Amino acid sequence: MKQGPLLNLLVGERGTAVFLVIVAIVGIVVPVLHLVPAEGSALQLSGYTMTLIGKYMTYALLAVAVDLVWGYCGILSLGHAAFFALGGYAMGMYLMRQIGTRGVYGDPVLPDFMVFLNYKELPWFWHGFDMFWFAMLMVAVVPGLLALLFGWLAFRSRVTGVYLSIITQALTYALMLAFFRNDMGFGGNNGMTDFKDILGFAINTPATRVALFVASAIALVLGYLACRYITLSRAGRVVQAIRDAESRTRFIGYRVESYKLWIFTFSAVLAGIAGALYVPQVGIINPSEFQPINSIEVVIWVAVGGRGVLYGAVAGAVIVNYAKTFFTAALPEFWLYALGLLFVVVTLFLPRGFVGLLDRFGKKPAAPPGNAKTVPA
Amino acid sequence: MQRYAWLAVLLLASLLIGARVYAQASAAAPDDAFATAVTGLAADNFPDKAAAVTALIELKHPGGRAVLAALLDGKLYFRNADQQVFITDGGETSLALTDPLTQKSVGSGTPDDYTRITTNNSLRKTLRSAVASFALTDPDPGVRLDAVREMLRSLDDDSVALLRSRLEQEKDAGVRKAMQEGLALADLDSSEADTRLAAVDALEDSLSPDVYNRLTAMVTAAEDGSFPEADERVRTRAREVISAIDASRQVYATLETLFFGLSLGSVLVLAAIGLAITFGVMGVINMAHGELMMLGAYTTYVVQQAMPNHIGLSIFISIPLAFLVSACVGMLIERGVVRFLYGRPLETLLATFGVSLILQQVVRDLFSANNRPVETPEWMAGSLQINEALSITYNRLYVILFMVVVFVILQMVLQKTSLGLKVRAVAQNRNMARAMGVRTQWVDAMTFGLGSGIAGVAGVALSQLTNVGPNLGQQYIIDSFMVVVFGGVGNLWGTLIGGMSLGVVNKVLEPWAGAVLAKILVLVALILFIQRRPRGLFPQKGRAAES
Repeated sequence: MKQGPLLNLLVGERGTAVFLVIVAIVGIVVPVLHLVPAEGSALQLSGYTMTLIGKYMTYALLAVAVDLVWGYCGILSLGHAAFFALGGYAMGMYLMRQIGTRGVYGDPVLPDFMVFLNYKELPWFWHGFDMFWFAMLMVAVVPGLLALLFGWLAFRSRVTGVYLSIITQALTYALMLAFFRNDMGFGGNNGMTDFKDILGFAINTPATRVALFVASAIALVLGYLACRYITLSRAGRVVQAIRDAESRTRFIGYRVESYKLWIFTFSAVLAGIAGALYVPQVGIINPSEFQPINSIEVVIWVAVGGRGVLYGAVAGAVIVNYAKTFFTAALPEFWLYALGLLFVVVTLFLPRGFVGLLDRFGKKPAAPPGNAKTVPA
Repeated sequence: MQRYAWLAVLLLASLLIGARVYAQASAAAPDDAFATAVTGLAADNFPDKAAAVTALIELKHPGGRAVLAALLDGKLYFRNADQQVFITDGGETSLALTDPLTQKSVGSGTPDDYTRITTNNSLRKTLRSAVASFALTDPDPGVRLDAVREMLRSLDDDSVALLRSRLEQEKDAGVRKAMQEGLALADLDSSEADTRLAAVDALEDSLSPDVYNRLTAMVTAAEDGSFPEADERVRTRAREVISAIDASRQVYATLETLFFGLSLGSVLVLAAIGLAITFGVMGVINMAHGELMMLGAYTTYVVQQAMPNHIGLSIFISIPLAFLVSACVGMLIERGVVRFLYGRPLETLLATFGVSLILQQVVRDLFSANNRPVETPEWMAGSLQINEALSITYNRLYVILFMVVVFVILQMVLQKTSLGLKVRAVAQNRNMARAMGVRTQWVDAMTFGLGSGIAGVAGVALSQLTNVGPNLGQQYIIDSFMVVVFGGVGNLWGTLIGGMSLGVVNKVLEPWAGAVLAKILVLVALILFIQRRPRGLFPQKGRAAES
């Protein structure tokens, strides 16, 4: 059966089709269940649950971004949570400016923490964040520019493998230390919170929450499809060739650095968008989002789901985060054991994650195991 | 005329008798005189007390200093019932009593039964100089030096006179110098310009902040343009001396920064050197390395708990024990996880990260999430005072020495033992080594054990410098990776130089940028450095570099 390019993009792969159907159903059913049934009825889905699912969806988008660079291009970034947090901070700055005179100190321009820290005027990098379009631009531009600069320096001088992983980790660590400083002008260790409204709508009403939820679902689907489009394209094949044999690809004549740089930058932008959707839903952003462990956790979501498979990354993000929500409430002291074991078991026994497990028991023969073996860096 | 003769005879006789009585009193029973004088302190008026104090000073009894010091501190009490005087600890609910004569504890009493012996201003002044003068004749030069320093803080005519009289008899060079400094400071108040000039000259080598402040005050103009120091020559000389002092203080400040940097660098090297072995030899990223250090630190804690009375000794037992504990855990990790992942460094990174999470939680469950107190042995506390501008804390000094010892031992193991030979062979060319009959699997396990054991030893050092808690490892893991990557993989000298230079750069930047910003700057600089030289300062050359 011959398919058009659009149809191939949407349903050319069984997992993708299933993913799209599930997100569509969740994106419609959850808001309906939240809004329509009467308050307190058994059918009603609480705002907490909906926000939780919304949060998982932003995580899933982050996981897709990591899967794109790691699963398809072989760049193990241990600093992607930094791009996520930067997008979140851009959104947080917009939300802080929207508070206006309703803050504790009632200053029309300066956010509370600046009044508290004796700022006399708005730092230059806060200008423009009162405008939504500008803030949204920054959500993409700031992580994108950082990734572009970092990637340009790193890929040009052929920093690869574990070296790259370590310096991405150093990057997020340096950013964490920087954002913890009060005089950076980003709220220090308290970060930003107490948001009031977004685009003029109060942020805590059910309608706004539903809108944010739907926006997350749409962003996830669009981000996913964009990544799928890239991986299916000619450039995507080159990228996978780089993953499997970087030197050989270079000798054939491809500009390996450029491919890596653009895929890395695009992935960072996606992570930034995920962060921007995450912040209004959880209502806070602080420097602990930059912790190196956060970035490593994202990698394990992807590994658990199955790297090199986009819907695997989504599944992994949801599974691991649901387990985390469950364990940290029920058996908090057990969570680190579970997470630690997950790292060990997945890398030792499930190199292709749960997707690989499904394939093994599934009807169709296993997909080409190209992503299971990696050429040593 | 006869009348005078009579008077003279009478005087002579009374003097003779007096001298006899005095001689008897001092020779036969000095303790009695002492006791009498001490009892005299309990008098109800100040002149009598002053007389008793004077008597005590003149007796030069060995117990005199303690009594006078106690009186000065308001810790001398008498029992209401029988006027007996005791040295106390000044406690509010109960008084620990010490007999002034024997200096032995004689139990305790309730404050209600005792009255404190009060003093007035002139008495306190006499007491202060008396206590100082006792201290200046103490056989221990350290006590004498402290006494001189104490007197320098508030110089008056009496203390200057005292210092001048003791200077002749003082043998110890350090104490002499301090005394001369004090006298020169006093001379700055002289009305003779030449005396002041000589005093300024004498202060040229001094590093004490008192001297510096005093000289600066002399040449600082008042609002009306006049100077506290009237004479132009003295002012010029004082300015020269100030700039000389500034220069030498600058030198010592630089030395201190360098020393801080070297000690921080030693910590980094200790933390990174085990990692350098596993990473360099096996190409394996061990993210659990920090947790192996944490295990070493906890081992120190456990050893201290087992032998609470021998803290000083416990460190020497902790070092081999920590090596064993971490080495065993490391070999377990290697046999259980890492060996299945050779050739897949990124997977190793993730799996060992999982192991690190598990180890953290194990420690949290065994020892609670709170920091554990690890005591510092006495021989590591305190600092080595080189001069007034430079002092070196012992724990930092020992860390540097410890690092050097560990480094040398490690180099010996790698260069001189058969294990080291095999380790180097495997690191250079795994397949060729195997072809030559080296059991590479065994070498891998031993190498991992060695690297992990070193991490445990580093943990012992860290337990003396930082909080021992489940997060100890995480604090150091990124730093140690940076050291290894900066120095160049598979090169212990690179790790040494890398760690030391990072430590020094960090400490040099710190006063200028603040601790956190300095660290950020170093990280950014490192990221940029790795772009320029992706294989570190000392890259491996030849075929080994290609793998």
